[in-house]
Parts: sequence; structure tokens; C-alpha cells
Amino acid sequence: MARYDRAITVFSPDGHLFQVEYALEAVRRGNAAVGVRGTDTVVLGVEKKSAPKLQDSRSVRKIVSLDDHIALACAGLKADARILINKARIECQSHKLTVEDPVTVEYITRYIAGLQQKYTQSGGVRPFGLSTLIIGFDPYNEKPALYQTDPSGTFSAWKANATGRNSNSTREFLEKNYKETSGQETVKLAIRALLEVVESGGKTIEIAVMTKEGLRQLEEAEIDALVAEIEAEKAAAEAAKKAPSKDAS
Amino acid sequence: MESVFGLVGDGFAVVAADTSATSSILVHKSNEDKIMKLDSHKLLGASGEPGDRVQFTEYIQKNVHLYQFRNGIPLTTAAAANFTRGELATALRKNPYNVNLLMAGFDKDTGPSLYFIDYLATLHKVEKGAFGYGSFFCLSLMDRYYHSAMTLPEAIQLVDKCIMEIRSRLVVAPPNFLIKIVDKDGAREYAWRESIKEPELPALA
Repeated sequence: MARYDRAITVFSPDGHLFQVEYALEAVRRGNAAVGVRGTDTVVLGVEKKSAPKLQDSRSVRKIVSLDDHIALACAGLKADARILINKARIECQSHKLTVEDPVTVEYITRYIAGLQQKYTQSGGVRPFGLSTLIIGFDPYNEKPALYQTDPSGTFSAWKANATGRNSNSTREFLEKNYKETSGQETVKLAIRALLEVVESGGKTIEIAVMTKEGLRQLEEAEIDALVAEIEAEKAAAEAAKKAPSKDAS
Repeated sequence: MESVFGLVGDGFAVVAADTSATSSILVHKSNEDKIMKLDSHKLLGASGEPGDRVQFTEYIQKNVHLYQFRNGIPLTTAAAANFTRGELATALRKNPYNVNLLMAGFDKDTGPSLYFIDYLATLHKVEKGAFGYGSFFCLSLMDRYYHSAMTLPEAIQLVDKCIMEIRSRLVVAPPNFLIKIVDKDGAREYAWRESIKEPELPALA
């Protein structure tokens, strides 16, 4: 098996591209990221690992704008992400220049996925070690959209998804608890999903909300307030569960 | 035949341009917007070869946007003007753009500013500027009536004087003009000055 993982351009006998799978492993070790789509809102949440005391946390933005109506979060090698994000930003403007229309979310996702795929089929390069979650509003039908790409270059649309650390358990949580939400409820669902794997608080979570008006990054205080609401709701639900059994006994 | 002119006032900059799109003796339309909004606080008034004008100003606009997404903050007016001049200069000895530009912008810390950029990539920071045959009349009028820190009504009065002068003294005077301003609240359309308006004719039976 080890003989087939040196170069990207070599299949193993059982059809694996090991370099791509190792890239997926890099993603699995990256910070947790979650995306949730509502009827009028789409939300990205990212885990913020505790910042070293001397670091200026404002220079580490994990959720970035690709255009006025598109945002991206990723899990994996952040340096690789810079390259993809830069190319995607140029493509957003280039598209507007040639066809006088902003990109659709699907178009830019296909572009980023296409770049990631190119690097799985060239000599002397390695795949990008990141998966992206891309959110946005399509320019004319004003519908929110959430897409995910991975190092192999596949992409698809999702109602809600997670990537990075513990993504499987987060995705399970989302599958169990997803329902069509709007506005603040969508934001709370994203935070609840992240809280499954991250210690709570505005210091450890970064949230960005996209509506058809544009992208808004939530302040620490806002996130803390929402987390407090969620904890209160959880406590109330626990109490409600215990109360009937108390009456019975 | 085309006219673009502008000036800096107290906390704002104003750019006016004619709105005729012509091809030799034919006027295609008289409501062409030649003052492009580069970003929330920048205007680029352009005159010259129509194809070059659109091609070049759109290219500058998209690059200004790209800078903003890459760096999280917008370009200053001075930086945008110098970038534009650089692009014109690079193209000059290969395939030059035949476009003359007046870039007006408002920066929070330095206030309003106006930049004169001609097709040979000359760049000047100015208080008042003008391009085209109309400049012969506008510049003299502005020399006579401009003073620093003009209020918006005073400035518009001067702009109107210039428009009247162009209309009455230029043999192929453009009939309609568009005035845009940029101040701390952003770049926006201020007014049209139309002496020829397409009439609303009922459809023939």
C-alpha cells in the first residue's frame, strides 16, 4: 500500500488515490466548521482555537467574503486556503467583468472544486488540504445556498453540513435536529451544532450570517448572548423531561 | 464634443458629464451615463473613445472591488487614482486607451479629492478640472467663480453656469448632462440637466 502513496498521479490497485485521502485526513484534523441553510438566512460557524495571548485575533479571520453575496469557511491547511480564496475572489470579479452578472453560489463552488480537482491530476503537486463550506444568495432568485467542496474536487449542495474536527458527530446532530428555520433560529441551530464539539462561549466560536442584504459577522457579545439563550432552552427542556417522572413517583 | 468637468467643495466633490453617445454625425442616445461608481465613495467620470471608455472603467472598477475583498478595506482615492494612472501608462506604449478621466472620491481622514488623468497617463491632483472642447469654457468660468470650500448650492450653481456656457457656445453642444456628487454619505446621482427629452408619444393605431 505504501508504494502507491508517494505521488498523486498513481492509483493503488484497489482504486484509491492515497494523497487525496491523506489530504482528507488533514481536513479531519482541522478546526470544526458548520453551515446551516434556512429559508431566508444561511449561517457559517467556525471553531476558534484559543488564541495565544500575544496574538492579535483580529488578523485571524476564519470566515471570509468572496464577494458581496458569497462567503466561505474552511477546515484544513489555512495556507492552502489563502491561495484558493485569492483565486476565487479574482474569479468573482472576472465573471462580473465579462458577463456583467455576479456569480451564482454554484458557479463559484464549481470553480473552487475544479481547482481542487486539477491539483489531484497534475505532476509534481499535492492536493489542497482543505474542505470548504460556501454560502451565499443567488443574485436573481434570492434563494440561500450552502455548498461543500473537498480535496478530491467533489462538491454538492447541502441543507446543513459540518467539516473538520468531529464532523461526523456534528453532522449526526444536524441530521437529528434539522428542520426548516429562518432568521435567528437558523443561527441558533448552527451554534447548537458547533457546541456539540466546542467549549461554549463567544471566545471559541466565530459566526457569520448571510441574508440577502449581505454578510454580517456576529460580535463576541452577541454570540455569548445566543449561547446563553441556548443553554437556558436546554435547561428548560431537561427540567420539563424530569418533571413528569417526579409526579409519577 | 464630449464634456466632463468637476470640482471639489466643502466636504464633497462634484463631477458632471454630458450624456450623449455619438458616432460621427449620428447620436445613438442622449442618456448615456459616463460617470462610473467605482465603489461606495468614488466616482470616475470618463470621456473619449466609447469602447475604450467602457472597457477601461469597468476594468478599473472590478480591480478596485477585488482590492477591497482581498484586504478588507477599500482603496483610498489617491491609491485608486495612482493605480488607474499606472494601468494607462502600461497600456500606453502597447495598445493605448483613448480615455480621459476625472476621479472624485471622499476619504474619511482626508476628505474630498479630485484627480485629473488624461489619456497619456498624466496624473494631477486638482481642485477643478475639465476635459473636451467644453473645457475651454469651463476652465475659464471655474477660474473666475471657484473658491475653496464652496457649499453644495454654490458649486451646483457654478456647474450649471458651465453647462449653460457649453450649450450656448459649442457648435455641436451636447444637449443633456448628468451631475453626480460624492461626500461622506457616499457617491450618488445628484441631478440631470436635460434640454432634449424623448417625448412620451402614444403608439400609432
